[in-house]
Amino acid sequence: MSNIVLNAGTAHGHDHGHDDHEHHDSGPMTVLGFWIYLMTDCILFASLFATYAVLSGNFAGGPSGHDIFELPYVLGETACLLLSSITYGFAMLALHKGNKGGVLGWLFITFLFGLGFIGMEVNEFHKLIVEGFGPSRSGFLSGYFSLVGTHGLHVTSGLIWMAVMMYQVSKKGITPTNTTRLSCLSMFWHFLDVVWICVFTVVYLMGVL
Amino acid sequence: MANSHSHDSGSHGTHKSYMIGFILSIILTAIPFGLVMYPTLSKAATLGIVLVFAIIQVLVHLVYFLHLDRSAAQRDNVVAFVFSALVIVLLVGLSLWIMFSIHTVMMAH
Repeated sequence: MSNIVLNAGTAHGHDHGHDDHEHHDSGPMTVLGFWIYLMTDCILFASLFATYAVLSGNFAGGPSGHDIFELPYVLGETACLLLSSITYGFAMLALHKGNKGGVLGWLFITFLFGLGFIGMEVNEFHKLIVEGFGPSRSGFLSGYFSLVGTHGLHVTSGLIWMAVMMYQVSKKGITPTNTTRLSCLSMFWHFLDVVWICVFTVVYLMGVL
Repeated sequence: MANSHSHDSGSHGTHKSYMIGFILSIILTAIPFGLVMYPTLSKAATLGIVLVFAIIQVLVHLVYFLHLDRSAAQRDNVVAFVFSALVIVLLVGLSLWIMFSIHTVMMAH
């Protein structure tokens, strides 16, 4: 704790050397606060996972995971999200080198992978609903749509945030404020990938097994 | 993780650490996927491997992408994470225990 306070106090002196009109010294505190928000989000997802696990056997005469999940398609979604994680990592490396073009380029590639993921997921949901396997069909499908849909909503929010950050970086450059915001988005984005690992394993792999 | 230098904005990885995390993630995704897609082992063994690999992959992401480590700068983050992990284990574990106990008891009568 003392370390964070100390950093917050000295950050101003040797921060990245850019002159910024807003003198925020609260960067590390903001990042810690955002991390704590993510931990509460973790608990939200844990509740949804518990709900899904309880309902996952209640098919009500409807399809089981084995009948409706196409694993190669889901592997494509997983690849999109994993690639977007590494490209966001490269955006952060460019950020710490002060390379504005690099940040914007990598953010754009990350955005495209994220958009690809959401597109694939919407298509998957659409197909299920058209076939009559919507969330109201069975307890299993209610749990499935709640859990995977909540993750999809988070990714969509992340995409909107990323678009806003691309605009802010292109307008104002790499300021301490933008660095803090991009650090928070970085945690958010990697966190969503961690949640997806659990979804991929618990919902898809164990559903087909 | 021998880096003892501290930045203002916490630790933030290198090209190498991101690539290590990425390659490990690919391996840890591909093996469970292959085992489920093309069943070669018994169901129980596959389930065990799938779960263990998922836990390892979550840890890989935490270390290589979210940069959690034992440095002083990360201590608060690690403490918050460990506490959340405890809450999650209790939340999920106890919920499942209660619900499946109810299920078993109801079925018995």
